[in-house]
Amino acid sequence: MSDVAASPNAAPAPAELYGLAAEYETSDDVLAAATAAHKAGYRRMDAYTPYPVEGLDATLGQRPTRLGFAVLAVGMVALVAGFFMQWFASVEFYPLNVGGRPLNSWPNFIVITFEITVLLSALTAAGVMLARNGLPRLHHSIFNTPGFERASRDRFFLCIEAEDPTFETVDTRAFLEHTGALAVTEVER
Amino acid sequence: MAVTTGTQLVKETTRVLGPGQTPGGIDDTVNTPVLSGKTPMWWWIGFGISAALLGLYLVSVVHLVTTGIGIFGNNQPVAWAMPIINFVWWIGIGHAGTLISAALLLFRQPWRTSINRFAEAMTIFAVVCAGLYPILHLGRPWVFYWLLPYPNTFGMFPQFRSPLAWDLFAISAYATVSLVFWYIGLIPDLATLRDSARSRFQKLLYGVLSLGWTGSARSWGRYMRAYLLLAALSFPLVLSVHSTIAMDFAVSQLPGWNNTIMPPYFVAGAVFAGFAMVLILAIPLRRAFHLRNVITMRHLDNAAKLLLGTGMIVVYGYGIELFMAWYSGVEFEVFMAYNRVFGADHGWAFWLLIMCNLVAIQPLWFRSVRQNPIALFAISVIVSIGMWLERYVIIVVSLTKDFLLSSWFNYIPTFWDWALFAGSFGLFGTLFFLFIRLLPSVATSEMKEMVHHDAHHGSDHYETIRDSYYGEEGRA
Repeated sequence: MSDVAASPNAAPAPAELYGLAAEYETSDDVLAAATAAHKAGYRRMDAYTPYPVEGLDATLGQRPTRLGFAVLAVGMVALVAGFFMQWFASVEFYPLNVGGRPLNSWPNFIVITFEITVLLSALTAAGVMLARNGLPRLHHSIFNTPGFERASRDRFFLCIEAEDPTFETVDTRAFLEHTGALAVTEVER
Repeated sequence: MAVTTGTQLVKETTRVLGPGQTPGGIDDTVNTPVLSGKTPMWWWIGFGISAALLGLYLVSVVHLVTTGIGIFGNNQPVAWAMPIINFVWWIGIGHAGTLISAALLLFRQPWRTSINRFAEAMTIFAVVCAGLYPILHLGRPWVFYWLLPYPNTFGMFPQFRSPLAWDLFAISAYATVSLVFWYIGLIPDLATLRDSARSRFQKLLYGVLSLGWTGSARSWGRYMRAYLLLAALSFPLVLSVHSTIAMDFAVSQLPGWNNTIMPPYFVAGAVFAGFAMVLILAIPLRRAFHLRNVITMRHLDNAAKLLLGTGMIVVYGYGIELFMAWYSGVEFEVFMAYNRVFGADHGWAFWLLIMCNLVAIQPLWFRSVRQNPIALFAISVIVSIGMWLERYVIIVVSLTKDFLLSSWFNYIPTFWDWALFAGSFGLFGTLFFLFIRLLPSVATSEMKEMVHHDAHHGSDHYETIRDSYYGEEGRA
C-alpha cells in the first residue's frame, strides 16, 4: 500500500486512485450515506460492513441475487441424473434378480437420489456464491484503505469508486464529508 | 448471582445475550483466546490426553489393518457389534450440530447463534469418528472405494437396493454438506481474525482461509442467501441421514430391528445424544473462555428443554417397540422383547438404559436444574452413556438370540474393541482442542448482527412477556 506510493516509479495519484472511502460509526449512518450517494447519481460503489446490514445491498442498487435459481436448476439435474444412474445400473447395465423383485425397484432408489440432489445443490449454493463474490482472491484494492481492519470489527465503510462516471475527486470528497463520515480517505489501486 | 472469574466479573443471565455487549466487545471476548500467544495449561492437558488416545487409535487401526477384523469380538450371529454401535453413536452426536445451525436458523431462534459454530465443529468431528468405523469394519479397508459407483474393470456397480449403499451416500453427503456449511459460515469470522492477527503465522493462516473476504454489502447479499439455502438443504439432509441408518436395521427381518418406528425414533435419539454432547462441550467451554455473556443460562436452559423433549420421544420409542413386539403376535418378536427386558444375559443393559434415558432426565422439568451447569453436565454424561447402551441393546441383544436356538451365541467385546472406541475419543478430542485454539468457537459476525438487533429491538419478543410474568426476579 504505502510502499507503492513511496516508490519513485509510481504514477500520479489520479491514475492510481481506486476510490474514496468514508468511514462511519454505525450501520444507520452508512445506510443513510448509501441512500444519499445513490440519489446523487453514484452507481460504482460498495459498502463494507462487519455484519450484513439489512437493505444496504438494495440501497446500493444491487439487484436481488438469483442464486436460488442456480441451485434449483442444478438440483433438478442432480435429481434426474441420480435416479438415472441407479436405474441404468440396475436395469440396463447390470440387471440382477434379487428375490424376483422388479429390476426398476424405484422406491429403493429414492434415498440415494435425494442425497445426490442435496449434495450437488449445496455445493452449487456455496460455489456459485463464492464465484459471484469473486472469491477466493489474494488482494482487493479496498484493503489499502487506512483503518480498514475495523471493517470486519465495528466500523462501516462506503467506497465510491473512481471509475464511476459521476466521480470527481474534490466533489465526491465534499459529498462524503457531508454524510457524517468519521474520515474520508483516498484509496489507492 | 455474580460469579467471579479470573479477570472479569460475569453476571449469569437468562437473556440470549449478556447486557452491555458491543460488536467490538464480542470480538474481544471470542477472539482473544484464539489470537493470544499464550496457550493455557488446561488446553495442553486436554490436548495431551486426547493426543495420547489418538495414538491408541492409530495403534489399533494399524493392528486392525495388518491383522484383520478377527481382533474384534464380532462373531456369528453377532456380526454387527462394537464397530456399528460406535458408528451409530458417533453419527447421532453429530446431528445436534446441524439441527442447531440449520433448523433453528430456519425457525428464527436467535439463541442458536452463539452455540452454532462449535456445535457444527462437533458435528464434523463426530462424523469423522463415525465414518471411519464402517470403513475399518470392511475387512479390507484399502478397497473402500469399491462402494462408490465408478466405471471399473469389474464391470460392476454397487447394489443400489441395499440400505448399506444408501448409508454411504447419506454419510458422505452429510459430511460434505456439513463441512461446506461450517466453512462458509466461518469465512467472515476468519476475515475478522485476519484483520486483528498479530503473528506472521496467524496472518498467513487466517489470510488464506478467509479467501479475501472484504465484507462488501454486495457480497453479504449473496452470502446470506447461500447460507439460508445451505440451511434449508441441511435440515432435510440431517433427518435423512439417521433415517437411512435406521433403515439398515428396519429393512432387515431380524426381530427387534424390523420396525417401522425405527427412522423417526433414531432421529429423535440422535438429537437427544447430540444435545447432550453440546452441553458436555459448552459448559466447560463457556467457563474456560469466559463466554458466559455469550453462551448464557438461556442457552443451557433451552438445550436442556430439547434434551428432555427428545428424550421423552425416545422413551416413547422404547415403549412402542415393546408394544409392537407383543401386538404383532409373532413368537420371535415376543421372545425378543422378553429377552431384552428380562433376559438373564443382557437384561441389565435394558434397565440401565431406562435409568439413564428415562429416569436421569426427569429433573430437567425443574428450572433450577436446567440452569445448574454442574447438574446439566452430569445428566448429559449419563444420557451419552444411555444412548450408547440403547444401540448396544438394539444391536447386540437382538443379535445374540435370533430365530434358531442352535445359532445363539453370546458376544464379548475384546481389548481392541475398547481400544478403538477409546481411541475415537482421542480423534474427536484432538480435533476439538485444535479447533478451539485456532478458530473462533462462536460465530462473531452473527453475534454482532444480534448485538445490533438487541440494541434496537431487545433480545427477543418473549423477553417482554417473560418479564411481565416473572418480574425482574424471574430473570436472575
